[in-house]
Amino acid sequence: MSKRKTERLLGLVVCLLSTRRYLTAEQIRTAVPGYPEPDDLFKRMFERDKEDLRELGVPLETGYNHPFDDDPGYRIRRQAYELPELRLEADEAAVLGLAARVWSRAQLEGAAAGAVLKLRASQASTDAGEARSDIEPRLGTPEPAFAPLWEAVRDRRPVTFSHRAAGRSEPQRRELEPWGVVNWHGRWYVAGWDRMREATRVFRLGRISGPVKFCGPPGSVIVPDKTDVRELVRDWDSAPAADRTAVLRVRSGTGFGVRRHALSVQADDRPGSEAGPGWDLVTTRFADVGAFADYAATFGPDVVVLDPPDLREAVIAKFKGVLA
Amino acid sequence: MSTSVTSTERLQRLLALVPYVVSRKVVGLAETAAAFGVSERELVDDLNLLWCVELRAPDPYCPIDLSYEGGEIVVSQAESIGRPLRLAVDEASALLVALRMLTEVPGLEDRSATSRLIAKLEAAAGEAAAVSAQVAVQVDMPDGGGAEGVAAQIGAALAAGRRVHLRYCGRGQDEATERDVDPMRILVVEGRPYLEGWCLRAEGVRLFRLDRVLALEVLDVPASAPAEAEHRDVDQGLFRPSDDDVRVELELSAHGRWVAEYYPCESVTDLEDGRLRAVLRTPDTGWVRRLALRLGEDGRVISPPSLAAEIRDAATAALANYAKLPAG
Repeated sequence: MSKRKTERLLGLVVCLLSTRRYLTAEQIRTAVPGYPEPDDLFKRMFERDKEDLRELGVPLETGYNHPFDDDPGYRIRRQAYELPELRLEADEAAVLGLAARVWSRAQLEGAAAGAVLKLRASQASTDAGEARSDIEPRLGTPEPAFAPLWEAVRDRRPVTFSHRAAGRSEPQRRELEPWGVVNWHGRWYVAGWDRMREATRVFRLGRISGPVKFCGPPGSVIVPDKTDVRELVRDWDSAPAADRTAVLRVRSGTGFGVRRHALSVQADDRPGSEAGPGWDLVTTRFADVGAFADYAATFGPDVVVLDPPDLREAVIAKFKGVLA
Repeated sequence: MSTSVTSTERLQRLLALVPYVVSRKVVGLAETAAAFGVSERELVDDLNLLWCVELRAPDPYCPIDLSYEGGEIVVSQAESIGRPLRLAVDEASALLVALRMLTEVPGLEDRSATSRLIAKLEAAAGEAAAVSAQVAVQVDMPDGGGAEGVAAQIGAALAAGRRVHLRYCGRGQDEATERDVDPMRILVVEGRPYLEGWCLRAEGVRLFRLDRVLALEVLDVPASAPAEAEHRDVDQGLFRPSDDDVRVELELSAHGRWVAEYYPCESVTDLEDGRLRAVLRTPDTGWVRRLALRLGEDGRVISPPSLAAEIRDAATAALANYAKLPAG
């Protein structure tokens, strides 16, 4: 940290806020102490200062006082700079404290803290709102891809990255116009237009390996009207309808999860039943053979699939796989 | 922390500090330092810096005048920086995304304050608020209204300081248990709501996932979590491995890689052909056994050997069930 730079930037902000006319670089150099003598050094430093201020969100304007002026001038309009008045009630201030904690140790933690400081600076009564302690929400961003993708969404820039689809051993190169990032079931996803596949696609951030690189200028991504990124991710991840029926033999006192969602449960006293007493017949609905076979297999020897045959074969294959 | 602050970060602080004092008229050094997360010395440095700002045109003048005599800060001349800078896009988005998430959190009975605050922030942030629509967070509420009802009851129990009775089915457990719990907080971590409370049965602080609560009753008994009941540090992750935990080593195929994304692992090593070796620690190997059975050939427990044997025995017994079935 350089104290001199902070002083210079602060002087620059105050100077440009205090003027209605555009000030040329030369006028600014005269007014704000701290700029170096040689012209080229001054120019470079002034350029960097402008960039720093814009990054902080300072609305630095460029323009001309007269159409025949040679050099552009700069100013900051107060109305564009100042946070508008907003009055927070005590309960709203308490919620604000809660919201600020959501990003603790996550990507936007600093941004949230900065926002809260500005809001507290704006109004004395925010002090009264002690954040509530009966609830503690958190939003994590452990995925390294979050930071660049958030920037890409914010600045509307296309990106490339390599992504390993579920069940694939090799990652694939993708080029995406990102429309939004969504946290779904505790994981981050990015939705957008896949330029190579020419289709809308959703990617899980945790499956992106290596760096995410920008491959176009800011503002070059156009999010189609009425795009609901949350809906895109939900549709991509949604479970199909449970329209098939399974008949299971479940050992008494076990298979709690299966019984909980069962259509019917009855003692298995069919004639010829090998297992005899100690077993129940459970009928339940399922959607996908693979997914339900996964689930049924977790019960090991306590759940036996009687029907349908494709489900039974899938579960048997699981157990054979364990022993393979 | 503050030693690594950049010039622009410090500028940001200074631009908030002046309006902070202005809007309070007079404010103590200690209180202000705490609000900004700096030491009093750093704060005094900031104030001195502000006071020393000088502009030279047309005539030299000092735009900011302030004093902090007797530990009380007063800004008598703030020139043009008496109001805070507008919210930047990142700032507006961080708060709006968090607030919209809060509107979905079950048990937060005061949704109206959240909605009012969202509306005020959107109005104040203007264009900077637009990008936040491109970020969404879904808080899991499985089984429709069920968990919502449970959450509302927990909220009410917390507000009234009552004990609750739970019927609960934990992860990897194939049974429901009945417990009395003194609620402490609702946590929302990784998109899932949890009840944190003192479990009288376990005599310890336990977390209960709301979607695994089968039934809940608010008892006519005051909650009395003992003094030793400490909040989990949610920033350290909900489930911290302890020294007593069993170390489990798994080998996963390309199809089984999701396991390493799904469960917190101590280490993950890439092997050939997209295979992975994952090491995790758990107090309860029951769920690992269930996991291994569902993974089939896509995951194998390497160690401990006793667990690997237990899983093979379960698969053998399961196959024997099928061998006994009449064909077809």
